[in-house]
Amino acid sequence: MSAVGTATYLCTSCPLGCRLEVDAADGDIVEIRGFECKRGERYAKQEHLDPRRQVSTTVRVTGGILPRLPVRVSEPVARDSVRAIVDALRTVRVVAPVRCGAVLVADVLGTGADVIAARSMRRAPRA
Amino acid sequence: MITGDAQHLASSYDTVVVGAGPAGLAAALGARETGAERVLVVDREREAGGILLQCIHSGFGLHYFAEEITGPEYAERALEQVLEHEVDVLTDAFVMDIDSGAGSSSRLALMSPSLGITTVHTETAVLAMGARERTRGALALPGARPAGIFTAGLAQKMVNLHGYLPGRRAVILGSGDIGLIMARRLTLEGVEVAGVFELMPYAGGLGRNVVQCLDDFDIPLHLSTTVVDIAGRDRVERVTVAPVDAHLVPQRDRAWTIPCDTLLLSVGLIPENELSRTLGVRLDPLTGGPVVTSQMETSLPGIFAGGNVVHINDLADWVSEESLIAGRSAGRRVAGTRLPDDNIRIVPGDNVASVVPHSISSERAHTLYFRVREPIREDAVIRLGSLHQRKVRALVPAEMASIKAAPRFLEDFHGDVLRVDAVPASRAAAS
Ligand SMILES: Cc1cc2nc3c(=O)[nH]c(=O)nc-3n(C[C@H](O)[C@H](O)[C@H](O)COP(=O)(O)OP(=O)(O)OC[C@H]3O[C@@H](n4cnc5c(N)ncnc54)[C@H](O)[C@@H]3O)c2cc1C
Ligand code: SF4
Repeated sequence: MSAVGTATYLCTSCPLGCRLEVDAADGDIVEIRGFECKRGERYAKQEHLDPRRQVSTTVRVTGGILPRLPVRVSEPVARDSVRAIVDALRTVRVVAPVRCGAVLVADVLGTGADVIAARSMRRAPRA
Repeated sequence: MITGDAQHLASSYDTVVVGAGPAGLAAALGARETGAERVLVVDREREAGGILLQCIHSGFGLHYFAEEITGPEYAERALEQVLEHEVDVLTDAFVMDIDSGAGSSSRLALMSPSLGITTVHTETAVLAMGARERTRGALALPGARPAGIFTAGLAQKMVNLHGYLPGRRAVILGSGDIGLIMARRLTLEGVEVAGVFELMPYAGGLGRNVVQCLDDFDIPLHLSTTVVDIAGRDRVERVTVAPVDAHLVPQRDRAWTIPCDTLLLSVGLIPENELSRTLGVRLDPLTGGPVVTSQMETSLPGIFAGGNVVHINDLADWVSEESLIAGRSAGRRVAGTRLPDDNIRIVPGDNVASVVPHSISSERAHTLYFRVREPIREDAVIRLGSLHQRKVRALVPAEMASIKAAPRFLEDFHGDVLRVDAVPASRAAAS
């Protein structure tokens, strides 16, 4: 891998969608081009050095009015941990009732973010 | 709250809202604020919340709740607000018919497992039925009709509410936001997404979704390409795709075939206006929804509308805001404090596909929502007649845009029609 290179990003901060180019050497940003405004420059820096994402998925819930409970991370996590988080949550099971915002997994995979319930889930009425 | 077994359902209300998505819930709140005492919201689903319940990604609430949350959280908060204001919410009940017959009240026919068919009388009604997805029929896709073809929203409901996966290898036709979001969702659930195919030369959904749902997962987006054939006996086995020329005609000699067992269609939403039609409200062929005043009143006095039933929105927050107006107007009508009628008609002008509302008053401040026809990827100007203009960085069909109209620049206007234009700044300067 060469230490000097140019990466390109599509700025998503407004509908103009500028193509941003980031020149970097040894992991340090040397130059950012292509932005039309400051927001784009900031976005390029963040995407290049530490891209972050929200994560949403569902977990199994028993005894609820639905078989799946939507969950999300309490704050954006490193982009590269998204898949691992979703995979880890595949084995999580919760039991209704659940309150919206309840912490289901604290500090998931050491990311510092908690996994929280994204809705309340009532218990299913007995048949 | 009352649910499917609605023992407390009254026989008459001040305001009945049809649909309990963000539009219906905000309308109910608005009606309570301005004077309606007995308010009912009816939804055919088991739970209130509408399409939000299946939109488990975040990107909601930044404007309305000042916090970025997911669809289900947004729905839950909106429902709590309504219940705090002593609104009756009846779920599992389908509104079959409304008729705004004689006098000032309407009659609704409801059908539910526990009530059978019931009639409810109301002084005012708010239509908030949302939208439905365009299907294959509406698109006239060629080829066989095997199983494995789903609208993206239906697939979203299956996966997110019930935990069923639609197949193992999917092709997605259409790059609207639902299709992009589902490409990521399926990938994370272990379904292989072979690609997203878009007829137009630009993505239908937001740039953010192209980056975060496709690029992050190396899912290819093929622009100016469409599905030309579907093959398979009982289940989809493969689809054939081909690039299109400048007139959107597929170039069959350049077609290729993709093995897959699932085809998702994300080709747009259409306002759900079956009821509006039987009711006889005037519809706008451009939006597919009712013609509405600045107070979100339809052509029938006492019948209001808000949300996707009026025009397709991309932000639930705007749906809530617009529907609050619809509800407040209904409440004012009940309380006898109606605002004066509008006196200026609004029409779409250059590069504007449609505008809502269809009329405004020179006495009040309004927000006009519209969509452009063609993307403008340079500085653009939004003009309200020759009275007012606003510069923006770019305008794309995927994002609804808005311009404010205020008494300050309307007071010297003596015409009765105003156009909304959206053009590149370079062209605006020349004209
Ligand atoms: C995949 C996807 C992603 C989205 N992403 C975002 C996002 O990131 N951020 C954002 O802000 N917005 C997003 N949106 C948009 C937002 O969800 C919608 O604009 C909003 O939910 C529309 O609200 P509504 O109340 O008009 O319609 P709906 O939510 O569709 O509600 C309509 C309700 O009416 C009921 N109904 C219809 N007819 C009848 C009848 N005859 N009797 C009884 N009930 C009836 C239906 O059951 C339904 O519950 C997204 C939408 C989708 C589909
Ligand atoms: S750089 Fe500025 S103008 Fe360009 S897309 Fe990003 S936010 Fe918009």
